[in-house]
Amino acid sequence: MQISVTINGKLESGDVEPRTLLVEFIRYQLGLTGTHVGCDTSQCGACTIHMNGKSVKACTLLAAQADGQDIQTIEGVAPAEGPLHPMQEAFRDNHGLQCGFCTPGMIMSALAMVERYKGEDLDEQTIREELEGNLCRCTGYHGIVKAISAGAKAMQGGA
Amino acid sequence: MYAFDYKKAASLEDAQQAFESADDGTFMAGGMTLIPTLKQRLASPTDVIDLDGIDDLRGITVDSDSVTIGAMTCHADVAASADVKKAISALAHLASLIGDPQVRNRGTIGGSIANNDPAADYPGALVGLGATVHTTKKTVSADDFFTGMFETALEEGELVTKVSFPIPEKAAYQKFPNPASRYAVVGAFVAKTKDGIRVAITGAGATVFRVPEMETALTGSFTADAIADIAVPADELNSDLHATAGYRAHLIGVMAKRAVADCG
Repeated sequence: MQISVTINGKLESGDVEPRTLLVEFIRYQLGLTGTHVGCDTSQCGACTIHMNGKSVKACTLLAAQADGQDIQTIEGVAPAEGPLHPMQEAFRDNHGLQCGFCTPGMIMSALAMVERYKGEDLDEQTIREELEGNLCRCTGYHGIVKAISAGAKAMQGGA
Repeated sequence: MYAFDYKKAASLEDAQQAFESADDGTFMAGGMTLIPTLKQRLASPTDVIDLDGIDDLRGITVDSDSVTIGAMTCHADVAASADVKKAISALAHLASLIGDPQVRNRGTIGGSIANNDPAADYPGALVGLGATVHTTKKTVSADDFFTGMFETALEEGELVTKVSFPIPEKAAYQKFPNPASRYAVVGAFVAKTKDGIRVAITGAGATVFRVPEMETALTGSFTADAIADIAVPADELNSDLHATAGYRAHLIGVMAKRAVADCG
């Protein structure tokens, strides 16, 4: 079946099987490999993207479900030639990553979090609860939580 | 996943027509249970009929005595709704505890109750508040809707359209979550409604159930102490790698007391 998706602001079309996962379409057909597949069982959050502005797990959506929808992946967060998005910068500055595998999903969840808590206090406890759907197996969460807190502040500062 | 045909329904009629013309069709709401099930090849429908395009099934309306939630309304929308928080804060709280943010952005109330996972949260709220389930064929009380493990009063091809919750005097939900999945190992929903006290337990048995002894005791005195000595027998409770039946029986008492205390 033919689908069309707006991905990072660009309209893309492709021929998929009904059983093709959205993450497979993004990685293998569109070549956007920043979105990772970790557990492939909707637990780890490495495949987190935004669909119509909401964070979702691309390993637990069919590509067909994204037909006509607006998708943002990690590649769409900042221009390819830089500079980095303030949230990406904050991960770099606060030791928010080590191996980096979970990082694209962490950043997509972080951005959704900042959007959802606009005008409210995104404190440490809230960040930790909001990261329920994202697993890190190497850096540990302290740096990630610090990075999100700093990134949220930088974004609110109009950066 | 085995191969299947995908159809996005534009209306309820469209969805039902697609179901009738399929050899072995299945409806998909948010897909948070169905897609993992398909991926594990535990189901092999010939047709997956996506309900996401049926806008009539989405939305929250609150009037003076009830909160009505469309079947395709996602958990995140219920959790964030100022109207739900004001009318039945325990319901918004319960929705905020389901899964994780990404799952709450996709998972729906209709999908959750139609699936009737024994560890799901929503059945607790439906039975705890004495809700009414509206389907394409009938209107049924929550007490009669959940009939067994992954079993409901829905017939072949029947769809949940909305759920109406009467606004209680007070209500609270407390759960002991599985630390990995956030499913309820045991969840207790306690409500003081105009028709009496209701205590509903999810996660512990084959399906959600009420505890009449606790309801009677709380009618006499609405305090956590009133139910401190009421033990629910472990005989028919679930026992698995997360918790034994005995532990679940113990947690019922703990969670129910916490819920009563939380009612204020």
